[in-house]
Amino acid sequence: MNAPLNPIDLKSGATRRELVVGATLVGGALLVGCGPGDILSIGAKKDFGAFGPFIKIAADGAVTVVSKHIEFGQGNHAGLAAIVAEELDADWSKVKVEQAAAIANVYANTVMGVQGTGGSSAIHNSWTQLRTAGASARAMFVDAAAAKWSVPAAEITVKDSVVSHTKSGKSAGFGDLLADAAKITPAKTPALKDPKTFTLIGTDRVRRKDSQAKSDGSARFTQDVQLPNMLVAMVAHAPRFGAKVASFDATEAKKVAGVVEVYQIPTGVAVVADNTYAAKQGREALKVVWDETKAETRGTDKLLADYTDWANGKGTLPEKIKWQSFETKGDTTKPTEGQVFEATYDFPFLAHATMEPMNCVAEISGGKAKLTFGSQIPTVDQLNTAKIVGMLPGAVEIETLFAGGSFGRRANFQSDYVTECVHIAKKVGKGRPVKLVWTREDDMKAGYFRPLTHHRVKIVTDQEGFPASWSHKVVTQSLMKGSPIPSKGIDASTVEGAMGSPYLKATPVVDGQVLMPDLGVPVLWWRSVGATHTAFVMEHTIDQLARKAGKDPVAYRLALYEKAGATRHAAVLKLVAEKAGWASPAPAGWTRGVAVHESFGSVVAQVAEVKLVDGAPKVGKVYTAVDCGIAISPDQVAAQMEGGVCYGLSAALFGKVTLKDGAVEQTNFDGYRVLRNSEAPTVETYILPSGGAPTGVGEPGTPPIAPAVANAILAMNGQATSSLPFVQG
Amino acid sequence: MATTLEVNGKSVAIKADPDTPLLWVLRDEVGLTGPKFSCGIGQCGACTVLVDGSPIRSCSMPISGLAGMKISTIESLGGNHPLQLAWVKNDVPQCGYCQSGQLMSAAALLATKPKPTDADIDAAMDGNICRCGTYQRIRAAIKEAAGMSTVAKV
Repeated sequence: MNAPLNPIDLKSGATRRELVVGATLVGGALLVGCGPGDILSIGAKKDFGAFGPFIKIAADGAVTVVSKHIEFGQGNHAGLAAIVAEELDADWSKVKVEQAAAIANVYANTVMGVQGTGGSSAIHNSWTQLRTAGASARAMFVDAAAAKWSVPAAEITVKDSVVSHTKSGKSAGFGDLLADAAKITPAKTPALKDPKTFTLIGTDRVRRKDSQAKSDGSARFTQDVQLPNMLVAMVAHAPRFGAKVASFDATEAKKVAGVVEVYQIPTGVAVVADNTYAAKQGREALKVVWDETKAETRGTDKLLADYTDWANGKGTLPEKIKWQSFETKGDTTKPTEGQVFEATYDFPFLAHATMEPMNCVAEISGGKAKLTFGSQIPTVDQLNTAKIVGMLPGAVEIETLFAGGSFGRRANFQSDYVTECVHIAKKVGKGRPVKLVWTREDDMKAGYFRPLTHHRVKIVTDQEGFPASWSHKVVTQSLMKGSPIPSKGIDASTVEGAMGSPYLKATPVVDGQVLMPDLGVPVLWWRSVGATHTAFVMEHTIDQLARKAGKDPVAYRLALYEKAGATRHAAVLKLVAEKAGWASPAPAGWTRGVAVHESFGSVVAQVAEVKLVDGAPKVGKVYTAVDCGIAISPDQVAAQMEGGVCYGLSAALFGKVTLKDGAVEQTNFDGYRVLRNSEAPTVETYILPSGGAPTGVGEPGTPPIAPAVANAILAMNGQATSSLPFVQG
Repeated sequence: MATTLEVNGKSVAIKADPDTPLLWVLRDEVGLTGPKFSCGIGQCGACTVLVDGSPIRSCSMPISGLAGMKISTIESLGGNHPLQLAWVKNDVPQCGYCQSGQLMSAAALLATKPKPTDADIDAAMDGNICRCGTYQRIRAAIKEAAGMSTVAKV
């Protein structure tokens, strides 16, 4: 079994599967009694101080929080550090953050079961873990002070890294008590604070720790890694998915000054040089003949025509591909009486188009493998590397750097660009560092797109205009391809948002089906995953139903939320309607549209103010209300809502990757248009007060904006939107 | 043929071929990694540096034409430039990869228009893409650095 591990399936409880996977990883040795994290961590260096793997305290009392999650914009480093600082009562202004090493059984994401960042889960999965770590460390200082001063521990207070006993007038900094505190055995389940007593969490004091470095050019990204004796590699990639190298001629490439060597690797032909420009010139001089006998040669027009036919019961389904139910209830065989509403929606392939194109640095020599890059799922990257170099995954060292965005792109079962770099570094050998640099064109032509997707809905409404039956067909590629463990049910990530929708909950008869054809085009999660299309379909459909029923879109939704018991949806919708002044006319020249969507545990409602300029939507202001549980950093929640809106709006307005005879047509920002400053709306964020544990923030701001804009256009001129992007051509 | 460039006030002898784009010379030879590689075709602005005070896309500018001109990178702002202070105060960056370029475009803007209008900001900043969507904070920080009223914070 050579396929990489599926982190989603590696949840606790899957013991047998874990052992099978683990045994495969360690070359067949059966390691009874080990969880997957333990097996995957054999060979890892572990040397933590007295305060455990998440907290380091220096001799001067300075606190460093170790983040098991990568920071690529979401602001999680600040949030994670604040959780620790709150329970530890550390001086927040001096708290630093550093990135954890790759050690699966210590730094596993408690939701995924392996070390990784994704699904907007960084804060959510760390909440109890880091509160406990902070509280344990605090208790160690308190106990140390109590013993030293011979006073009751209960009378000791801690504030801003200073431990005090008021009655005796004694006080000492963390640094002063460090040696004594380090000797105390930490409590496994220390008392946690009552959230009502938080003094840091939820305040505007929780700001990013990396803004200075990211404003003066000193923040270190993979692109910036310069190591002694390092080589730079670029790879000539196939023009179509599934094509292979037939032959190549490196004569001219090797004549380029600075080019060191040319190697064939599984994904193409690598040119290795002293510097980046030489690698690029060498690649341009390379002649490669491609074998395209197994390449994907279909274009997006043909694919979409097939998807549309299949959803409409026409054409022949591909072999072994069947419709699968994602939500069915009531008697779907009996026709429902009432008014019929039908619509279809088309969504294109989308590129993540991170600002930093994919890249990686690898050093490989006998018994050593070190990777330096923005690793989003280190455990999977370790596994895929281990298979190439023939060593234990846990022994693959990963230094995770800041990444210039990901939006899902760096969380990849295949570790595509990582393994490419490892193959090259293995060829180079001797532990010589190799930096793989992808150009923008490499990045966009590599695929791993948000899948091309088609929806077909047929809804019959009752006398009051509410859905009585809802038939829903989705055609989209599975995101779980490449997982070694066959999915038992459907790939929920592709339909989440339709599946579980409060509108379906409020509908007596539901028939939701998904068809997942297998293409040669690699696809992947893209900020908010299934919700990138399901939110649009559900929210734009609901607005059309509301208007057909002659009802206000907000009131219509609230009635359905009432039926579904969706109290959080209702609360954010009411809040956003109030803040946007929904009950009063929109500013002159603007039309409002609303949308609400739950994803990654959070519910977001948005009202967009839209006008048409030369036929294209212009979005002025976006009011956003979010229920994300306790907001650790209200300012960073707002930042993610602002960013999520821009990311979603960029795709809604312009985002589209097309294939012509299987070849990607948009290869850079000239063809793949993205949102620019003058096109960005002003986003106002309102956070619903909550005492609940924190839920996702990085992705939930993205889904509602596209339907909110479509709903504004619908309100403006009665035109429904049946395909994205809004701006074609 | 060696080229001599003036980078951040220092004269630097460059070994790279004169047709090499400035970005790769700055990053690989001079060791200034603030300017970033992203699109390579002058479309995204991540590589923006100033040449005699004007913003240029260094990924698409060969060094051959730059002898005797003053090249300034993000490193030349020193860390306490009013724009950098405003960037930090507003927590503008998210992933941070585009911000060196954003700041250099903003610095060029304020040097010529100390009190920019929104239209001035549109014109000066539309060449700099940010995929994280920090645009409204960039606008607010530029106005704050210019001593103008900022977008009201919620």
